[in-house]
Amino acid sequence: MSVESIFHRLEALLPKVQKPIQYVGGELNSTVKDWDDADVRWALMYPDAYEVGLPNQGVAILYEILNELPATLAERTYAVWPDLEALMRAEGVPQFTVDAHRPVRAFDVLGVSFSTELGYTNMLTALDLAGIPMLAVDRDDDDPIVLAGGHAAFNPEPIADFLDAAVLGDGEQIAIAISEVIREWKAEGRPGGRDELLMRLAESGGVYVPKFYDVDYHPDGRIKRVAPNRADVPWRVHKHTVMDLDEWPYPKKPLVPLAETVHERFSVEIFRGCTRGCRFCQAGMITRPVRERSITTIGAMVDNGIKESGFNEVGLLSLSSADHSEIADVAKGLADRYEGTNTSLSLPSTRVDAFNIDLANEFSRNGRRSGLTFAPEGGSERMRKVINKMVTEEDLIRTVTTAYSQGWRQVKLYFMCGLPTETDEDVLGIADLAKKVIKAGREITGSRDIRCTVSIGGFVPKPHTPFQWAGQADHETVDRRLKTLRDSLRGDKEFGRAIGYRYHDGKPSIVEGLLSRGDRRVGAVIRAVWEDGGRFDGWSEHFSYQRWMAAAEKAGVDVDWYTTREREENEVLPWDHLDAGLDREWLWQDWQEAVSGAEVEDCRWTPCYDCGVCPTMGTEIQIGPTGRKLLPLTVV
Amino acid sequence: MQRLRVRYAKRGRLRFTSHRDISRAVERAVRRAGIPVAYSAGFSPHPKISYAGAAPTGVASEAEYLEIGVTTPCEPERIRGDLDGSLPPGLDVLDVVEAGPGGLAERLEASEWEVRLPGADPGLAGVAVEKFLSAGAVEVERLTKKGPRRFDAREAVLRLAVSEGTGRTAAQVPGQSCVILRMVVRHMTPAVRPDDVLAGLRLVADFAPPVPPEVTRLAQGLLDVGTGALADPFDLDRETTRGGETGPVGEHVAG
Repeated sequence: MSVESIFHRLEALLPKVQKPIQYVGGELNSTVKDWDDADVRWALMYPDAYEVGLPNQGVAILYEILNELPATLAERTYAVWPDLEALMRAEGVPQFTVDAHRPVRAFDVLGVSFSTELGYTNMLTALDLAGIPMLAVDRDDDDPIVLAGGHAAFNPEPIADFLDAAVLGDGEQIAIAISEVIREWKAEGRPGGRDELLMRLAESGGVYVPKFYDVDYHPDGRIKRVAPNRADVPWRVHKHTVMDLDEWPYPKKPLVPLAETVHERFSVEIFRGCTRGCRFCQAGMITRPVRERSITTIGAMVDNGIKESGFNEVGLLSLSSADHSEIADVAKGLADRYEGTNTSLSLPSTRVDAFNIDLANEFSRNGRRSGLTFAPEGGSERMRKVINKMVTEEDLIRTVTTAYSQGWRQVKLYFMCGLPTETDEDVLGIADLAKKVIKAGREITGSRDIRCTVSIGGFVPKPHTPFQWAGQADHETVDRRLKTLRDSLRGDKEFGRAIGYRYHDGKPSIVEGLLSRGDRRVGAVIRAVWEDGGRFDGWSEHFSYQRWMAAAEKAGVDVDWYTTREREENEVLPWDHLDAGLDREWLWQDWQEAVSGAEVEDCRWTPCYDCGVCPTMGTEIQIGPTGRKLLPLTVV
Repeated sequence: MQRLRVRYAKRGRLRFTSHRDISRAVERAVRRAGIPVAYSAGFSPHPKISYAGAAPTGVASEAEYLEIGVTTPCEPERIRGDLDGSLPPGLDVLDVVEAGPGGLAERLEASEWEVRLPGADPGLAGVAVEKFLSAGAVEVERLTKKGPRRFDAREAVLRLAVSEGTGRTAAQVPGQSCVILRMVVRHMTPAVRPDDVLAGLRLVADFAPPVPPEVTRLAQGLLDVGTGALADPFDLDRETTRGGETGPVGEHVAG
C-alpha cells in the first residue's frame, strides 16, 4: 500500500503562515526514497521549530545512516508553529514529514530526539496531529513505534506513558539494529503484533520499553521498586557507546536548508564524551568515555562537508573542543588550507585552562574575529571546587588579558546560579570577577574600550550526575541573587558600564527541574499543560510558568517535592533502572566530596578513579596524539 | 572585474523562499560551483552578488535577476550550467550574460504577472476587470512596516486581461478550472503588486477569490508604453558583448 503526499493540502495553507519555506523540504542533500522499495520506515522528529531542529547533529546523522541502508527509509518532521497547527486542525491535515510530505502515522517508527525536556509538549502536539493515540497502551498495529532518544531519554519516566520505547546513548548502531528487528518481524508476518515486536526489542537490554516495567511507591510517595512485569525483560537497560568515531564519519552529506536556521555552518564532532568531571554536567557524565576523531578524519570530513554544502563556516564540536589532543594541529592545518577563501572556523566550547592565544589566532585567521566565550560557571573559588570546574581566578585573568592584548575587545563569561551549597557571596563573586577582568583588560591595552558580558542561567540538577540527589534552589532565591548581582554590577561607577548582564528569571528552571528528575506521575502534568495549550516551552514567548503550576496542582503533583527536596542516599531514583554505566556508589561519593569541596582530576591524564563506565560498558578512552598532520589540499 | 548577469526562475514549492533565503542559497551555490566570486574588502568580506527587485515570498517567478562580480573572466554558458547544477531544483538558472554598459536595475521597468484564482467566478472577474480599467484611480491600502499606507493601484497597470484555464499546484496535482488574470504593471514607488490589483478588484466590484491566489512573474524588462510589451533586458548586453560571444572583451582584458 503506497502512501500519498499531503503536500497539495498543505500548500493551500502555506500562504497564510509565517516562514512557509520551513515546511516545504527540498534541502540540498535531503533524500526522498521510494516508499514501496523500503520495508522499514522511520520518521525522525526534532521536537522544536525547524530553525532549531534542522542543524541538530543527532537527527542529521541518523537520517543519513538509515537512508544508506538499502531497504530502509528515513524522513524528517519538526514541530509546526501554532499558526500552522491551527490551520492543519481546521483542514484535517496530519503531521507530515518535510521530505516527501508523508503522514507520520504511516511510518513504522517515530523517533524523537530530546536534547531537552522542554520539547515534551511538542511531541504531544505531533502525536495528536498525526492521529497517533497519545498513550502507548491505546496504540494498535497500525501506529508507529514511538521511540525517544537524546540526552533527556536518560530519564524518560515523565513521558513514559506516551512512549513505546526509549534508547540511551549513541544512536548510530542501535538504530540499525532496531531496523533489523523490525524488518525480521515484518517479514515473518508480524507475529504477536505490536507487543511481540516490543518484546523482541526489550529482551536485548538495549531498548527500554516502559510498559514492561511496573513502578511501586511507598506511602510517602517515594519509589519503592521498578521491576519488569514480564519474564525475559531485563532489570536494567544499558546505554549505547560507539567506539572508533573514525568508522562513523557522519554527516557526509550535510543538509543545507533554504530557511534560515540557528547554526549556519558545517559541523564536525571532533570527539565525543568528556571526563573533566564537572559535577553539574549531565552531558559529561552520560557520554563517557572520551573518544576522539583523528586529525586526518576531521580534515577529510571538513573538506568533504564544505564542498558538499557550500557553507562558509566550520564548527568543530564537542563538549570541550580545545581538549582534543591535536587541536593545535587541526586548527593550523585547517587555517592553512582555507587561507584566502573566507572560510571561518569556530570552536564553540572552550575551557579557560585549555585555551591559548595561538589557537584563537588560527581560528580567526580566515574569517571574522568573533567574541571569546568562557564558562567559569561559579563565581567563587569555593563554588568552582564544589562543581569541580577547576578554573582558577589567575587562569581566567591571564587568559582574558592575553586575549585583550591580542586585539579582542569583548569577552563573554557564563555562570550558573542556584548551585548546591551556594551563598549570596558566591554569586556576588561573579561581579568581582567581571570587574577584575575589565581592570586587567584596561591595564594591558591602555584603552577603556574593553567589554565583558556576564550571562547567567539557573542550575537544574540532572539525573546520572553527582547532583542528582541535590535540592534545587527555589526560584525566589535564584531571582533574589540575580537581582543582587545585577545591582552590584550596575551600581559600579568605575566598571558598571563596561559589563553587560544577561539573565533569565528562575521560574523556567523549576519546570525544567520537574521534568528532569520527574517520575511517571509527572506525565499527567505534561498532558494537562498540553491540553491547556502548552507548546514550545523552550521559547520564553510561549512558556507559561502559571500554566505548569496550575496543571501540577490539578494533577496532584507537588512540584517542590520533585525539585527543591534533597534526596537520601538510598532513595530509589526514577532512572535507577537505566544504566549510563556510572557506578551509583561513585556518584554518591562524588556528591559527598562536592559538598566538602574536594576536586577530581580528569582520567585522560591521571589514573582511573573508578566512575564505573568503562568496565560496565566494555569501553575505553580513545585519544591521540596520532602524530599525523593535515596535508594541504588544493582549494578551488 | 567581470560582471555576470543571471536570470533565474523561482518555481513550484520554492516560491515560498524569501529574498534572504535565496541570497543565502545563491552564495552557497556559488561556492559549491567553484565560481571565482569577488569579495568586498574590509572587516567582514561579503561576496559581490547583487539582486534586482525580488518577487515577494510565496510568488513564483520566471524572471528574477541578479549580478555576480568575478575575479577571473568566466564563460557565461558554463556559469549557467554550473550555477544551475548547484542550486536546488526549483531555483533554476535560465540565462547568463556578461554585463555590458549600463545598470541592470533601470532596465527592469515593468513586470508581467499571471494570477491564477482557483474557484473564482469568471463572470464577476470580467466585470471587476472592466470596472478597474475604466476607473481613473483605485485607492488601495496595504499594511507596511511603517503602518497602513494608501496609494493608487490603477495608474501602474498597463494591461489587464482575464481568461479561464485550469489551476495548477506545486505538487503537480491536476487542478479545478480557474480564473487567470494576466497583467503588465509598471514598477513605481510605492510598488504596485498583484496583491494590490486584487485589492483594487475587490474594491470596485466586490470580487473576492475563495482561496489564496497563485501568482507568477512571467517577465521583467524594458517597457514599450504603446503596446505594453516587455523587451528582454539582456538584449543590450548581448549587443555590446558581440551577440553573446565568449571571452573577455574591452576593459576586462586589462583587469
